[in-house]
Amino acid sequence: MNRAQRGVGGSRGLGTMEVKSKFGAEFRRFSLERSKPGKFEEFYGLLQHVHKIPNVEVLVGYTDIHGDLLPINNDDNYHKAVSTANPLLRIFIQRKEDADYSAFGTDTMTRKKNVLSNVLRPDNHRKKPHVVISMPQDFRPVSSIIDVDILPETHRRVRLYKYGTDKPLGFYIRDGSSVRVTPHGLEKVPGIFISRLVPGGLAQSTGLLAVNDEVLEVNGIEVSGKSLDQVTDMMIANSRNLIITVRPANQRNNIVRNSRTSGSSGQSTDNSLQSYTPHIVQNYHPEEEESDDEDIIIEDSGEPQQIPKAVPTCESLESLTQIELLHESTQNGFIPSSEVNLFHSAGSINMEYEIHDADQKSLEEDGTIITL
Amino acid sequence: MMKFRFRRGGHDPQRDRIKQELFAFNKTVEHGFPNQPSSLAYDPKLRIMAVGTKSGAVKIYGAPGVEFTGLHRETATVTQMHFLPGQGRLLSLLDDNTLHLWEIYHKDGCSHLEEIHSFALPGRPGFDSANSPPSIARVTVILLKSACDVACLGTEGGGVYFLELSGLTLLEDKALFQDEILQSVPDDYRCGKALGPVESLQEHPQDPSKILIGYSRGLVVVWDEIARKVDHLFLGNQQLESLTWERSGKTVVSSHSDGGYMVWSLNSSSQKTLQPLLSTIPYGPFPCKAINKILWRTCESGSHFIIFSGGMPRASYGDRHCVSVLQGQTLVTLDFTSRVIDFFTVHNTEAAEGEFDNPRALVVLVEEELVVIDLQTPGWPTVPAPYLAPLHSSAITCSYHISNVPLKLWERIISAGEQQNPQLSSVNWPIDGGKNLAQEPTQRGFLLTGHEDGTVRFWDASGVSLKPLYKLGTANIFQTDCEHNDSLNQAEEEWPPFRKVGCFDPYSDDPRLGIQKIALCKYTARMVVAGTAGQVLVMELSDEKSEHAISVATLDLLQDREGFTWKGHDRLAPKNGTIAFTPGFQPSILVQCLPPAAVTAVTLHSEWNLVAFGTSHGFGLFDYYRRNPVLARCTLHPNDSLAMEGPLSRVKSLKKSLRQSFRRIRKSRVSGKKRVPTSSPSSKVQEANAQLAEQAGPPEVEMTPVQRRIEPRSADDSLSGVVRCLYFADTFLRDATHHGPTMWAGTNSGSVFAYALEVPSQEKFSERAVEAVLGKEIQLMHRAPVVSIAVLDGRGNPLPEPYEVSRDLAKAPDMQGSHSVLISSEEQFKVFTLPKVSAKTKFKLTAHEGCRVRKVALVSFASAACEDYAEHGLVCLTNLGDIHIFSVPGLRPQVHYDCIRKEDISGIASCVFTKHGQGFYLISPSEFERFSLSARNITEPLCYLELTRRHDGTCLG
Repeated sequence: MNRAQRGVGGSRGLGTMEVKSKFGAEFRRFSLERSKPGKFEEFYGLLQHVHKIPNVEVLVGYTDIHGDLLPINNDDNYHKAVSTANPLLRIFIQRKEDADYSAFGTDTMTRKKNVLSNVLRPDNHRKKPHVVISMPQDFRPVSSIIDVDILPETHRRVRLYKYGTDKPLGFYIRDGSSVRVTPHGLEKVPGIFISRLVPGGLAQSTGLLAVNDEVLEVNGIEVSGKSLDQVTDMMIANSRNLIITVRPANQRNNIVRNSRTSGSSGQSTDNSLQSYTPHIVQNYHPEEEESDDEDIIIEDSGEPQQIPKAVPTCESLESLTQIELLHESTQNGFIPSSEVNLFHSAGSINMEYEIHDADQKSLEEDGTIITL
Repeated sequence: MMKFRFRRGGHDPQRDRIKQELFAFNKTVEHGFPNQPSSLAYDPKLRIMAVGTKSGAVKIYGAPGVEFTGLHRETATVTQMHFLPGQGRLLSLLDDNTLHLWEIYHKDGCSHLEEIHSFALPGRPGFDSANSPPSIARVTVILLKSACDVACLGTEGGGVYFLELSGLTLLEDKALFQDEILQSVPDDYRCGKALGPVESLQEHPQDPSKILIGYSRGLVVVWDEIARKVDHLFLGNQQLESLTWERSGKTVVSSHSDGGYMVWSLNSSSQKTLQPLLSTIPYGPFPCKAINKILWRTCESGSHFIIFSGGMPRASYGDRHCVSVLQGQTLVTLDFTSRVIDFFTVHNTEAAEGEFDNPRALVVLVEEELVVIDLQTPGWPTVPAPYLAPLHSSAITCSYHISNVPLKLWERIISAGEQQNPQLSSVNWPIDGGKNLAQEPTQRGFLLTGHEDGTVRFWDASGVSLKPLYKLGTANIFQTDCEHNDSLNQAEEEWPPFRKVGCFDPYSDDPRLGIQKIALCKYTARMVVAGTAGQVLVMELSDEKSEHAISVATLDLLQDREGFTWKGHDRLAPKNGTIAFTPGFQPSILVQCLPPAAVTAVTLHSEWNLVAFGTSHGFGLFDYYRRNPVLARCTLHPNDSLAMEGPLSRVKSLKKSLRQSFRRIRKSRVSGKKRVPTSSPSSKVQEANAQLAEQAGPPEVEMTPVQRRIEPRSADDSLSGVVRCLYFADTFLRDATHHGPTMWAGTNSGSVFAYALEVPSQEKFSERAVEAVLGKEIQLMHRAPVVSIAVLDGRGNPLPEPYEVSRDLAKAPDMQGSHSVLISSEEQFKVFTLPKVSAKTKFKLTAHEGCRVRKVALVSFASAACEDYAEHGLVCLTNLGDIHIFSVPGLRPQVHYDCIRKEDISGIASCVFTKHGQGFYLISPSEFERFSLSARNITEPLCYLELTRRHDGTCLG
């Protein structure tokens, strides 16, 4: 931290910020306009230029105020890095081919006093396996809470992204009964419940599902009146992109609307992300949903390839990694048909929905919580 | 998916109308033999016969095509049925002691059957029916008076009640109790004991006012109804089973529990007869079983017939099910393979005195079939039945339907079938009442059933009655130990003179003989039959008998895959040398798959002389012209160990899962269906206990709730390599300009393999070999089993069958436009373009409905309104037993119907669809339900019965 102190003194003006960039054993120092950081690509080019490595693919990382080594790979996290740098922005550059993915993450810088040993000798680091966070371009959501704005607060719509991971979905369902408010008073109706979470499975690791949560919908289709076997088949048929709407058994972790401190059901959330995304993050796209089952075709040459769509849609995995921002609100403009469907089905499930109907407009503020 | 649902919301009235003209769901007729028959009746005037079942069904049969079905509201056994002769009315007795009156009525020129009245006999006057033992008022026998106005009911308590038939009202004052009879009985016979239940009631053949009453203890009484007095007493002392009159009314025959029968003469000089004219135990002297029923029929051309059931020597043949026919010195013991339910004779019933019965035929209903014996032809041969065929004479293992059978093939198969059974009688079917009004079937259809014993049976499925045509056996080409049976039968003793009748034989000598898959080319009369031990038989139809050796080829489907050992059954060893074949289908080549797992898919292309077959290990392609294998491909996933172990070692886990599913079914039944409260006190207590038990237990406590794991299918799921479907098509696989022969295979794990075939032209067939090159391999991402593959032409129509186009029987497919392939998995349907395989349309059934695809077929639906309008549809039966129809190639849902109960797993598994919108599924091991999905193509009984009902119909109807 001494160096940082020194950096404060060395800063030449209020608008500029000192950058200390390290590539291998070499350091470069330069300054940036804090107010006009520019785009990530320009910054990337600048780094390549100052280190004189114009054609080397590199990974860019920085240490944030907590001492974590975090990646810079797009405009968002680049801007975040610039805005939070205080006052020195410490950049670490690695060659892509010998990148140590495990170097990134929480506590990576504080735990290892010497960043150098962490980056240069990753082997002794690997001896203690911990949660591995993959490289930024491989980031993809494993689960999300969606449609917060259109669901009653007592319900939660969870999306589990099964593709690409070897983790099992890892949950079981059972028959059960729940009490509903009907025109004839309270009535016991049969329902489907989560009966078990497999330790280490996708469902458990998200923290969004729990034992005894009642399953209300599977990919937009109500399960009431369906047998356990039918619901099982529906879930398996949708298993690559499973969206289940549950009524959590524990209602204390529900998302409280109208409040900026939207607490998720478990994992920590980055408040700054929330302030940064004042629009509804609408993850539920029909097109996206379609992309779950691209069959693989092997031509006689033996080269596997994805079956192209007759109707082109956004299909690459990379597109999924980006959080899509819809700059229109649901009230004006494009309303995906699926959303309309879900809206209606959600409305028919629970009477409580009516009560919260008036809160609709203010809900736009809530973003989707991405649990990594 | 969502977009699709959105679009579907709109209603197009014009489309709705077209749908109504195309689709309609009807269960039309039940083919085969009723499951668990329990009673039989015959109307000699209308010449119709009724069969009642344990499930409360009543089925009436007359001439082929004349059929009526009724179902009692209560699911109770139909214990007795009696026709009101000539009236088209039937009285039935259920084992819950209720009587039901059924009537055939006319509507729109056709006859129909419905229940019009029901009646329950109250307890004895003075007794509360709830308190008295129900058995007292239990009806044991029924006699319908020939005037058809009154029915006499004999009861367990020994009373005889009289019931007015017009409204099923009890004639209280006419009831006859034992005390009245006992007054006429000498004291020494009475000895303080009751007479026992009424065992038989028979009307005097000449004098309708007199009835013959037989009591269990042995007393037989002629009761004069008008004078209300005992006319005559036969003081029998042997426990009585049944009675019959001789036609003249001068002689009575009684049968007894000791296996004997007695002939009594009605001597008018004395009111009592102490000794019978004749008393004999036909199968004595050792103890015999009871003679349950006896008939005495006079005959003009010889001595009288005595026909009785049972009476076999207890120790040596007590387990046989026999009916004995005795005429003079001639005795034949008809030996059935299942229990005798009842029998009757078709004979002359004109009541004029001096005439004879002259029985034409004996009709015996046994538990698993109906056998008719021609009594007029020497040797008493069996009359082939035009319906009620025991489909399950060996358990059905698969079925296959062929529409539009060419006349030539039809005739050849009928002639082959006729030559198989020269010993059958040629007389006409004796039960020929009624008129079949149904139009002559517009086309001939075969239903083929494969059986556990290695036979394939051909049935005429064109019309309402499913008639056996031809039976093909495959067991004779293998070395099995069943050959000794014939010699054993020969060596049997000469007494009793047994004669095996009927064809129900559920015992298979070797389960490996079981037929799994059938494919038949109706134009070339070539057939492929594949079985449980990996045997694939290529056959040709021949009108001549032949003796030839079969060439055997083996094909290793593992393709040197290492680390696998087959732990299942061995292959069947083929017989060496030449084998004699009767006219009919004669095998020429046996292709043996190795390992010898059951064949799971078969297809045939007779134009290319190719047969493709698959097992749980892989698939093979065989050129039966050159007799050499073209291709073998292993589909096993390296991690799949289960497939290798064979069927035997899987038993444990299968058992477990079966047990679980049974538990579930039982649970749901118990909770879902409350028992109907009965009036007896003991059941009331039970009921109360049950209610207490229901209340007592904490409702939330579930012992171990059934859990379901939610996990996507992975590549190494068990049995992923099972080949589910195979398909030949002339289409574009490699490029968009050249079409050619292709072969497609789909597996349990969602893999599709498409091969381009090099088939030499007809002339060069002997010179060049067929070659197969893998063209495409598609892995469905959801990995659900591939149920069916079909190629659609440029207009979206399914490709025609081989030879159909060259024989001008189908429109040539559009080979200009781009073809597409429709792949149906258990979860979804998907249409891909060809040759570049890209998804065009799809429908995710499981994701939407939570049901899985069990059977699919491409069906042509003709419009009921417009003569030449037809549409192709994709018909799909799901694991929930409902049927969905989708448009092709758009895959838009059109209609859906509930068809089979979802618990009826064997029904769902047995379902086959025809090409024109009908289908069959097994409702019991012995019965096919026929249904139609088409509004135009319906096969249902339409028949007319000429009734001689007096015009008292108003009070009955």
